[in-house]
Amino acid sequence: MFVLRRLGQSALTLFVMSALVFTGVYAIGNPVDILINPQADQAEIAQTIARLGLDRPLWEQYWVFLSGAVSGDLGKSFAASVPAIDLILERMPATLELALMAMVIAVVLGIPLGLLAGLKPHSWVGRSIMAGSILGFSLPTFWVGLMLIMVFSVQLGWLPTTGRGPTLDVLGIPVSFLSWDGLRHLILPATNLALFKLSLLIRLTRAGTREAMLQDYVRFARAKGVAEREVVRVHVLRNILIPVITVVGLELGSVIAFAIVTETIFAWPGMGKLLIDSINVLDRPVIVAYLLVIVFMFITINLLVDVLYTALDPRVRLKGAR
Amino acid sequence: MKQSPRFLHGWALLLCLASIAHSAITPAAELRIGLSGEVTSLDPHFLAAQPNLTVARHVFESLTDVDPQTRLIPGLAERWRALDALNWEFNLRRGVKFHDGTELTAEDVAFSLQRPLSIKGSPGGFASFVRAVESTAVVDKYTLRVRTKYPYGALPEELNSILIVSKKHALNAGPEDFDSGRALIGTGPYRFVRYQRGDRLELARHDGWWGRRPAWDKVTLRIVTADPSRTAALLSGELDVIEHVPSADIRNINKNKKLRVMQTTSWRTILLHVDQYRPQPPGITGADGNPLARNPFMDRRVRLAISKAIHRTAIAERVMEGLAVPAANIVSPGVFGHNAALKAEPYDPEGAKRLLAEAGYPKGFNITLAGPNNRYINDEQILQTVAQLLTRIGIITRVEAAPMSAYLGRVRKEETSFSLLGWGSFAADLALRSLVATPTPDKGYGAWNWGRYSNTKVDALMEQALASVDRPKREALASAANTLAMNDLAFIPVHHQIVSWGMRAGLSYTPRTDEFTFAHHFTPR
Repeated sequence: MFVLRRLGQSALTLFVMSALVFTGVYAIGNPVDILINPQADQAEIAQTIARLGLDRPLWEQYWVFLSGAVSGDLGKSFAASVPAIDLILERMPATLELALMAMVIAVVLGIPLGLLAGLKPHSWVGRSIMAGSILGFSLPTFWVGLMLIMVFSVQLGWLPTTGRGPTLDVLGIPVSFLSWDGLRHLILPATNLALFKLSLLIRLTRAGTREAMLQDYVRFARAKGVAEREVVRVHVLRNILIPVITVVGLELGSVIAFAIVTETIFAWPGMGKLLIDSINVLDRPVIVAYLLVIVFMFITINLLVDVLYTALDPRVRLKGAR
Repeated sequence: MKQSPRFLHGWALLLCLASIAHSAITPAAELRIGLSGEVTSLDPHFLAAQPNLTVARHVFESLTDVDPQTRLIPGLAERWRALDALNWEFNLRRGVKFHDGTELTAEDVAFSLQRPLSIKGSPGGFASFVRAVESTAVVDKYTLRVRTKYPYGALPEELNSILIVSKKHALNAGPEDFDSGRALIGTGPYRFVRYQRGDRLELARHDGWWGRRPAWDKVTLRIVTADPSRTAALLSGELDVIEHVPSADIRNINKNKKLRVMQTTSWRTILLHVDQYRPQPPGITGADGNPLARNPFMDRRVRLAISKAIHRTAIAERVMEGLAVPAANIVSPGVFGHNAALKAEPYDPEGAKRLLAEAGYPKGFNITLAGPNNRYINDEQILQTVAQLLTRIGIITRVEAAPMSAYLGRVRKEETSFSLLGWGSFAADLALRSLVATPTPDKGYGAWNWGRYSNTKVDALMEQALASVDRPKREALASAANTLAMNDLAFIPVHHQIVSWGMRAGLSYTPRTDEFTFAHHFTPR
């Protein structure tokens, strides 16, 4: 029931989304104006516009798109003459790899650091972790990205500046983290993308930890003589993980959807870079398809997060969820 | 976390393999180039955009070629001549081999000239370059005759843009077959190895190429669209060459002993179109804020005042940080039909004010200057500077800058009256046809003449030039038409851009006016 209702809502969201984006891109201008061969004359311009169906009224163009979309055809990219969905799927592994790596960095560093800062809020360690997280929050991604490149690639020469390293196919999906060279290419962009999420997780974990430490069950556990390690592991960490997982889930979506700046700076051939290039030339099929894919992904992630809750918190049941 | 020994073993093996592979694929002569634009398709007849053509021209060649100064030189055609006003004969170079070893014949050429017309889904195809062609006839294996619909002297220039594909491989092939490399078989200096969309194209030398053997066995064209990242990749030594060095980085690269910058004047002219057809163009009001009785731009004195008010040397030196040459021509120096006698209008604000007063606008008026903010070098800063300079002589100018896509939409809806445009061309008569000729859709004139400037004398000279198959005569006519249009200020020229390449100090390139970056033209020094 719950899943069915969710699916219905999702379909509606996708529909509204496509209509909004379609109209928005239509309002900006005509892709033919920007892509046309400058040597084309008026007749050729008119023919090109007609051939792509761009001379028809908006509702008719949208209808053509919708009827295609229902059968899974989101249209061909104007600029590349390849189905838009293929372009996106081709770029997706690169973005997913980058986003997952960034999330791994954020989680692996963020939770322990946040826990530490929460357990020892007044020590110099706790204070410097918090100060660092403020930096992670406030510095703009593009600037940090350029600084990372300048320091680690140009000055120190340790890591490559841009691009994706060699890829190996795993189950037909090209991934780059399995070779040393590929991993080297991944470190800087993933770190850049992780920074903001890392700060977020540190703050969230710290706040949760401080709150949990004051709870009766923690005091009781301590009074019972449970070792401090166990208290933290069983009573504190477990309880703060629910909000942390919610945030990680939601943020994973946003990391995938908004890796655009990082991908552009690091010339990472992912979906975000594709979106920017497509917006520049008003390649509507790609823009619409990209946003539909992203919305779909958010919906799926939210669903997964809800399922994960039940695994972590026995009180939550899918059946009773509203 | 515990790792099983087997898992570790797998890792070690992978690392081992990676290092072996790495050492095996590092040849002595490799050139890694950072390109600035996104390549959308490898099909050489799909989209006429510079990044696509840059890549395609490594693999394919055209009948006529152009040298670094944009002058025509033989390409796959060793020579060509006009038999009469309508018929041309192209004699192919003999023994030219495609990458698959087959020989280039006139059949391939005839097929390639027709193919752009058969591509349906393109938003900016190559059909424009062959619209003058009525028919082609294969005389023998190495001779092709082309008949035009009307006398057309610019045919050799137009055919430079049509790349010759192999009929055997490209017959029935669509853009996807070129992207996969299957149909990507040309006669050019490099052959296809691997393509990763949005990231890189790897090429290897075509040893059977007829031209001078390029210095590089292997070429990687990397797409790095973000300007600072491209510079960083050059600084770190990851790339050997980058195109379109950002103006802010040129000084630093020049200071670095391991690197150098090479530059030339680009064919791209930055100009301002002024509305000369509507009595009351949008965005223009009198000094008191009320509509004006007539369109001030229709008065040549006002256009001259605007031209005099623009401090071109200051723009070139400050705004463009040296990356511009003040312009007085429709085409760059050295380009067919350029008139060196035309001098850029000197900065003269007092003279400009006098002209405005003479024209009946002693108090000036208000206008809106529109332009892109992501297309040409420092385009928005140019708009702001021009606006300030005009405001100084009493023409209060407001700037409306937008991304190119949104800006062009507004221009097409005729919502602007004073608009910035950049234009590159092989020949003055071709540029005049698009930018200055009276808009006449059935002849294809003036498709980019946004101000709808109209001068029958300029039109006549341009038409005669384009119809001349005798090149010296054509150039004289084109130059005369250019001079007439510029003296009449059909539009306001601002500057010609300067194009820059950054590279390792051990490399040399002959900078190209047409801005193309070709691996085979880089040499070690």
